[in-house]
Amino acid sequence: MPHQTAIQDDEIEILLNDVLERYGYDFTGYSRASLKRRIIRLYGIDKYVSFTEFRYIIANDSSYFKRFVEQITVNVTEMFRDPSFYKTLRSEVLPKFGTYPFIRVWLAGCSTGEEAFSIAILLRELNLLHKSLIYATDINPLVLEKAAQGMFPLSQMKQYSENYIASGGITDFSSYYSANYSLAKFNDELKAKIIFSTHNLVSDRSFNEFQLILCRNVLIYFDRALQYNVLQLFDNSLEKLGYLALGTKETMDFSPIAKKYKRLEAGKIWRKISEGL
Amino acid sequence: MKGCKALVIGGSAGSLEILLKIFPDLEENLSFPIIIVVHRKQGTDFLLSDLLSSKTKLNVLEAEEKQIIKARNIYIAPSDYHLLIEKDHSISLDHSEKVNYSRPSIDVTFQSAAEIYKDKLACLLLSGSNADGVQGLKMVNAYGGLTLAQDPTTASVPYMPEQAISQIGVDYVLLPEEMASYINSLV
Repeated sequence: MPHQTAIQDDEIEILLNDVLERYGYDFTGYSRASLKRRIIRLYGIDKYVSFTEFRYIIANDSSYFKRFVEQITVNVTEMFRDPSFYKTLRSEVLPKFGTYPFIRVWLAGCSTGEEAFSIAILLRELNLLHKSLIYATDINPLVLEKAAQGMFPLSQMKQYSENYIASGGITDFSSYYSANYSLAKFNDELKAKIIFSTHNLVSDRSFNEFQLILCRNVLIYFDRALQYNVLQLFDNSLEKLGYLALGTKETMDFSPIAKKYKRLEAGKIWRKISEGL
Repeated sequence: MKGCKALVIGGSAGSLEILLKIFPDLEENLSFPIIIVVHRKQGTDFLLSDLLSSKTKLNVLEAEEKQIIKARNIYIAPSDYHLLIEKDHSISLDHSEKVNYSRPSIDVTFQSAAEIYKDKLACLLLSGSNADGVQGLKMVNAYGGLTLAQDPTTASVPYMPEQAISQIGVDYVLLPEEMASYINSLV
């Protein structure tokens, strides 16, 4: 059988081991088909011709390693992506927090921050933002730098505004940002309530207790064992009667924590109804 | 081809009518699974799998991540996710950048399937308006799999099968009315 791909399966494993030993980032629980495709894609984009060189640079150039992490993880996101999901958050989930003195939200895998600002807008419109704090985390420091600027391409605003309206948005979306050349800079009032920080779901622990945890389109990249562990981490970080939101194609049904949760009728949102054992 | 382990069908504009024509005549006891990757609007998954399952006795499933791909089932790639296949024949979904302006991309699934099923894979490209799938067919070809395209003269949008034929010269060009019996013979 001829070798059809630029990097072979055993070479992928070598890279993952290097990265774990050298930097402490553990990607060995990631689903291989997608991960391999991302690695081969990066190899192509950066015009490598030999695996040995690729391996050497990753292991020895820590700034290139940052790029490696940024490129092999998926950072495709939008504001108010899946408007029906945000509609459910707005109408069924967030109003439950109205009487709480303080609201802590964890957005795990926040990428470049579009979802974090979307949630801040929802909280503001429900008059909850002043007593809320959104912890937006990602494995990847480069995307967090972008996220913390709160600036997104102006060219995206038409789409985001449509998503916002479809999600039940009630004001003029453009009142949330000011145009700055080709960028839309979101209001500081929103940004002030978001803490961006690195957190690695594979190796880092729970760091607070939350009323709402969102982690959408992250678990699809993990194998079952890692999915179990991460759901356990979320369970440890979620208050009783708190909510956990996953991506459209993700579920907790297979996991041992499922028995403590009840799924809402609409969307992939579960409520923790018992503390369990 | 004898001993086919999987068939992947890709298509875009004009491909649904062909699927609806093929499905009623597929053998009930097909010894391999079929994976369908078609471009369409977001949020129409439910309609598509319902429509297709009304046309066949095979089991039509909306693909889920970690689902093991099995014979006699037809898996539909969900809108807005790429569908890849793992070594244990389970499905991985991926929400990364669009490929050929498409998600799901036919290239992504053809390529992933080629690595897994190698020379026991058949891939069929139907009507469509861009060249998504053509690079994938190249890889299928390189692994010794079977490459098939709809006869462009029968396609409502001939560009996609035309590109497959001109760029890689597929193994067979099929008329819509002969596709079902051809698929049934791949066992």
